[in-house]
Amino acid sequence: MKFYFALLLMGLLTQNFVLAKFLGICPFLGVSKKLDTSAGMSAAVVLVMVLATAVTWPINEFLLEKYDLAYLQTIVFILVIAALVQLIEIVMKKYLKPLYKALGIYLPLITTNCAVLGVVILNVDNGYNYPQSLVNSFAAGLGFGLAMIMFAGVRGRIEHNDIPKFLEGLPITLIAAALVSLSFLGFTGIIEGMGLM
Amino acid sequence: MAAEKKSLGKEFTKGIIKQNPVMRLVLGTCATLAVTTSLVNGFGMGISVTIVLVCSNIVISLLRKAIPNKIRIPAYIVVIASFVTLVQMVVKAYVPALDKSLGIFLPLIVVNCIILGRAEAFAGKNGVLVSALDGLGMGIGFTAACCAMGIIREFLGGGTFMTGLQSLLSVFGDGVLGGFDGIDFYKVFPFLEKLSLQPMTIMLLPSGGFFTFGVLMAVTNRLAERKGGKKAELNGCGSCPMAAICGADKAECESMKNAAAPAEKKEAAAE
Repeated sequence: MKFYFALLLMGLLTQNFVLAKFLGICPFLGVSKKLDTSAGMSAAVVLVMVLATAVTWPINEFLLEKYDLAYLQTIVFILVIAALVQLIEIVMKKYLKPLYKALGIYLPLITTNCAVLGVVILNVDNGYNYPQSLVNSFAAGLGFGLAMIMFAGVRGRIEHNDIPKFLEGLPITLIAAALVSLSFLGFTGIIEGMGLM
Repeated sequence: MAAEKKSLGKEFTKGIIKQNPVMRLVLGTCATLAVTTSLVNGFGMGISVTIVLVCSNIVISLLRKAIPNKIRIPAYIVVIASFVTLVQMVVKAYVPALDKSLGIFLPLIVVNCIILGRAEAFAGKNGVLVSALDGLGMGIGFTAACCAMGIIREFLGGGTFMTGLQSLLSVFGDGVLGGFDGIDFYKVFPFLEKLSLQPMTIMLLPSGGFFTFGVLMAVTNRLAERKGGKKAELNGCGSCPMAAICGADKAECESMKNAAAPAEKKEAAAE
């Protein structure tokens, strides 16, 4: 139980996917202009991350590892994720209309989001078992969401301020991201400190 | 003939400065930020991406008439993933130190938007030679950007230059270039320590990556403006390789970028 809590804290704070691991920077910079879009994107990412892990972990364990095909991981994982995203989109469109309206537009973008492929590969690399992988993916997705939603607030502030002209646009966004990431450094050691690891 | 030659040269050089994938098109930011803690790492990443980019551009361009339009993105992904796997194996076998420092970002070249973006925007529509040159130019541009980030972060963060060079050159045997393994400025200039000048470790941490990228972006923006160019921007669909399969939802994609379109409009487009 302790370990799951540690995984959750790591994904959210110390090993935040966006701010500490640099995964999923494109949507972080591209879609974080407004709160509702960042919340929608985050929800879609959490959903796809957990489902992708739920599917790829068994494939890796019972197919690739068993038959010595581990070198095919990259190809298999990305294809499975791409197919999965398509499937989710189709099912959602048919049976979960309201959810599709809320999250649908973000789904195609997630296929090539390195955060999703990243979490799947990390689960395998770290040797997590099935429930651990699922929790880790969920935590990573939540961490992504936390960063997105926080940063949407930061960007809202930036837009109403006078910024030196040469920093307008992307440069100030990146520097703001640097400061947010810096603040997350404050969580370093929290897991060891709580005696979770 | 002369005109064709000129355009070939143009396709090659555009990726290096004018349409530099990192600084101008803002593609592949994850890899750029994550691995550029030192020049050697940045260079290694740049070379890996360049190889994948050139090879996949050539193959995709060769297959562009055979791949049905509707499933082209999955087809591109398979081609790219195959080359990434190849590069991954080669790096693991011959430059294990680089494999260790690039870590997860080596397999993640698959989802590097530069590669899929070039496949979609260029290789899928153009001839083999032009596509190869386009890939090479873009790859060099990416490598240059990674190297620039790497030099700055390594110098400010660790007070070194080109450390770990030997691990990259180990492919060619031991002690190449006279065993040159980078410069440690604290050893070259011992008085630095006496002045208690410490390197800024923060530059090696994630936050330093964002900061360096932001400052570099400001500088390149300024230079581009002086030349009459535009500012680099994340222009939603323009730089997004998935724009095409976003389907007819281009308006939505745009609205997501601007996040200003009213909700009803989104719903209408989704129908």
